[in-house]
Amino acid sequence: MATPNQDSNSWRGPRTGRPGSGRREAAWGEVSDRLDDWIAIEKDGTVTAFSGKVELGTGVRTALAQIVAEELEVPLERVRMVMGDTARTPDEGYTAGSMTISGSGTALRNASAEARYAMLVMAAEQLGVTLDELMVRDGVIVVARRPERSVTYADLMGGKAFNLQVTNKVPLKSPGDYRIVGNSTPREDLPRKVSGRPGFIHDLKVPGMLHARLVRPPNPAAKLISVDEGSVKDIPGIVKVFQRGNFIGVVTEREEQAIQAAKQLKVQWQDAVAYPRMEDLFTALRNQPTEDSVLVDKGDFKEALANAAKQFHSTYYQPFHAHASIGPSCAVADVKGDQVTVWASTPGPYPLSGALAQLLNLPVENIHLIFMEGAGSYGQNGADDVAADAVILSQAVGKPVRVQWTRQDEFIWEPKSPAMVMEVYGGLDSKGNVVAWDYHVWSPSHVARARLAGQLVTGQLLSGQPAPQSRFSFGAERNAPTNYAFPVQRVTVHYLRDSLLRASSFRSLGGAENTFANESFIDELAAAAGVDALEYRLRYLAEPREREVLETAAKKVNWKSHPAPRKDSSPLVEGRGVAFARYENDQALVACIAEVQVDRESGVVRVKRIVVAHDCGLIINPDGVKNQIEGNVIQSLSRALKEEYKFNETRVTSIDWETYPILTFSEVPDVEIVLINRPDQPAVGAGEPATVTTAAAVANAIFDATGARIRQLPFTPERIKAALSEQQDH
Amino acid sequence: MSDEIVLIVNGKLHTVQAAPDTPLLYVLRNELRLMGPHFGCGEEKCGACMVMVGAKAIQSCKLPVSEVGKSRITTLEGLIEEGELHPVQRAFLDEQAAQCGYCLNGMIITTAALLWKTPHPSDKQIREALDGNLCRCGSHLRIMRAVKRAEVLLSEEAG
Repeated sequence: MATPNQDSNSWRGPRTGRPGSGRREAAWGEVSDRLDDWIAIEKDGTVTAFSGKVELGTGVRTALAQIVAEELEVPLERVRMVMGDTARTPDEGYTAGSMTISGSGTALRNASAEARYAMLVMAAEQLGVTLDELMVRDGVIVVARRPERSVTYADLMGGKAFNLQVTNKVPLKSPGDYRIVGNSTPREDLPRKVSGRPGFIHDLKVPGMLHARLVRPPNPAAKLISVDEGSVKDIPGIVKVFQRGNFIGVVTEREEQAIQAAKQLKVQWQDAVAYPRMEDLFTALRNQPTEDSVLVDKGDFKEALANAAKQFHSTYYQPFHAHASIGPSCAVADVKGDQVTVWASTPGPYPLSGALAQLLNLPVENIHLIFMEGAGSYGQNGADDVAADAVILSQAVGKPVRVQWTRQDEFIWEPKSPAMVMEVYGGLDSKGNVVAWDYHVWSPSHVARARLAGQLVTGQLLSGQPAPQSRFSFGAERNAPTNYAFPVQRVTVHYLRDSLLRASSFRSLGGAENTFANESFIDELAAAAGVDALEYRLRYLAEPREREVLETAAKKVNWKSHPAPRKDSSPLVEGRGVAFARYENDQALVACIAEVQVDRESGVVRVKRIVVAHDCGLIINPDGVKNQIEGNVIQSLSRALKEEYKFNETRVTSIDWETYPILTFSEVPDVEIVLINRPDQPAVGAGEPATVTTAAAVANAIFDATGARIRQLPFTPERIKAALSEQQDH
Repeated sequence: MSDEIVLIVNGKLHTVQAAPDTPLLYVLRNELRLMGPHFGCGEEKCGACMVMVGAKAIQSCKLPVSEVGKSRITTLEGLIEEGELHPVQRAFLDEQAAQCGYCLNGMIITTAALLWKTPHPSDKQIREALDGNLCRCGSHLRIMRAVKRAEVLLSEEAG
C-alpha cells in the first residue's frame, strides 16, 4: 500500500518559478555524456576519475573511487580522483543534498562500465576472440581459457582518449559480484591528515603570495564614513589598504602583519539597525506576507477536525543556527590581467566561477576555479564569500593573495540556517485514531547559493546594495509532509520573502525543523490517545522498509511498550523517545531513539544514549555511512541542546565559541547504529538523513521522563524549567 | 622590528625572523611550513592549533614566539619518527577517527600529552582532557575510541 506522499506526487510537482524538489537544485548543471569527461586511463595503468562534486569532509572521495574501481575491475589504489576543478572536471553543480553518491556515483558507475566494455571490445578484436571468451581482473583482460593471452588497460588505452559517449546501455556489474563496493575501505585522505601534511586550502602557498585580512562593517547595514590609512603606517610589510564602497581589506607581506593591520586600522562607520529584535523574531517572521504552497491536500480537513472527538494544536520554534565550521573560511586568488586562478573550498566550483566572473566583469572562461578542502561546512559557510574577497584583493595588488576570515568574521558573515515557525493542528476520534492532520510551516528560502556577484558578501559590500531578491524559495518543503497514512491531511508551506538575517543551506535544509515538529506532534497525539509512541507510529506506516527501520531501532533498545509519560516524580528522571523520518519522503529511512536523564531542579538534560536504525539502500562503504550517521547525530544534538544564534538590532552577539557554544566531549552520548543494507535498492545519500530525527527523539524523551513538552530549540535548562513549571500550572 | 629567534622544533634548531609578539602558530606554519597545527579561532578556545611544548599540549595561536625560549616544541609532524607514525596517529587511522579532519591535529596532540601523563585514563579523564578541543563534524566517539586504542598500542610498545 502506498503512503500518501507516494500515491500523489503533487507536492513535488512544478510550481511557477520554484523547483519542485531537492533533486533538481543540486544537480543543476547538465551532466556530461562524454566518456572522456569522467574516466581516463593513464599510460602507467592508473585510472583518473573526474567528478564535479567535491570532498566536504565526508569521505565521499573514497566512496567514489570504490565505485570506479569496482565497475572498471581495477585495484582501488590505482584509482585517482580529481574533483571540482573547472578546467578538468565535469560541471555537477553543487555538492549538496546527500546526492554525491546518487549523482556523481551513478555517473561514474555508468562511465566506468562503458569504459570497461569499450576496452573489452578492443581486446576481443586484438586477441581475435569473442567478448564472452574474455574476463577482466585488476585492469588486465584475459582470454578465460587461455590466460597466457592477455592485454592490459594501459596497453589498450594508456594516455589515449576514448572519444565515446556514455550510453548508459552497457551491462553493469551485479551487486552480488561486488568486491570493493560494500567494504569499509579506509579513507584515502586520513594518512595525510594525521601526519600534518598540507592539503587544506589553508595550507596552500603559491609563489609570491601575499596575506590579507578584512575589516568588516559592524553589521551589513552600516555605511563607511572614513578610513585612516595613516593609523597602520607603523606596521611593516603593508602592501595595500584597499577600500571600495564598504569593502576594506589590508594586504601585507606576512600573515601576522595583516592580522595586526586589520585590528589597528581606524575606520569610522555610520551604524544602522540591521537585525530584528530577538524577542520579536518569530512574530516578525510570521507577520510577513507569504506565498503559500499546499503540498498535500487529502480529504476535507475542516470537517474532519470539527467532527473529531478531541482537537489539538501546537506551535514549534526553530532559531537561527550557525554552520560554525571549525576552521574559518580561506581562499587564495591569483588575478593576472584578465586571467584568474582561484583556490577555494566552495561546494559549487562552477556556479561560483560564474559569480566571480560577474564580480570582476570578465567572461566565465577566464576563471579557473580549483577546489581544495576546507574545514567541514555542512552546507554553505563563508567559503564562496572569501573566494570573492581574495579575487578582489589580488586584482588590487596584481599578486596572488591569501585571505583568511577571523573566527568572528565567520560567525557574523556566514549564512545561517534560517529561523522557522511550525504549527500543527490535529484531531483524534474517540478511539484515539488520527482523523485530521494539518501542518503549516513558515520559512524563508533555505537556499541562497551564490550564482550572482550580489549574492556574495563581497559583492554587497562593494556595491552598497543588499542581496538581490531570490527568484525562488527552496528547502522549507523538505519533510514538511510525513510518510504517515493519515486519512485526512493537509500540508502547507508559507514561504517568506525575508529571512531577516542572511540565510542559506545547512544540512537537510528544512528537513530537521519539519521533522522536529511532525515527530513531536505525533508524539503528543500518541500520548493523548494513551498509546505507546512506537506502536502509534506503526499504525500509520504500511511500507515494509519504513516499519522495519522503526522495529529495528526498537529491538536494539529492547523497547518496552508504554504510554508516555512515565509517572515518576523523583528529582532525577529518565525517559525514552522515538522519532522516524524518511528523508525527503523517498530517500534514506531513519529511526532514532534517545534516552535522556532530566534534572527537574536544574533543568539540565543529559542525553545518555542514542540508537539509530538507518536504511540508505545499497551501502557503498559501511564505516563511511556509520561515520556520517554519528556526525549527524552529534551535530544535530548539539543544535538541539545548545545552539541559538543571538543578536540585537545592531550587533551579532554570537561571535565566538563562548557565545555560541557547541557540544563538548563530556556531553556526547553513546551512539549505537544499526545499518540495514539493501543491495537490491538504489544507493541513496547518508550525509543528512540522520540529522533530522534527533531533536524530536530528545524532546519526546524529555516528555516521557517529565510529562513536560518542549517545543522550542534549543532545549536549554531555562526552557526545560519553564516547560516543567507550565506543566505544574495545568 | 623583526628579530632573529631561535626555536627547537621537532628536535631541530631553527632560526627564524619574526616580530617577537608574533604568535607561534604563524611562525610554525609560514616560516617552518609545518602545516599540522591549524588556525581555528585565535582565542585559545578550540584546540586546532595545539602543539606540544615539552610533554604538555598547548595552544599556539596566541603564544608570542619570543616566550617559547628553549622549550622543545613538537608538532603533529614531529610525532613521526623515522617515517613511522606515532602510536596515537596510528590509532586515529585505525579507528578512522575523523570527518573533515581539521581538528585532528589538536585531538592527536592532546591525546599524546594525556597518555604521556596518564597512561591508563578513565573515560571521564579522556573526556575532560578533550573538552578543550572542539569538533564540529561530530567525530567525538571515534576520537575517544582512538584514545583507547592508542592506550593499548602505547602499552604494547612499552612492552
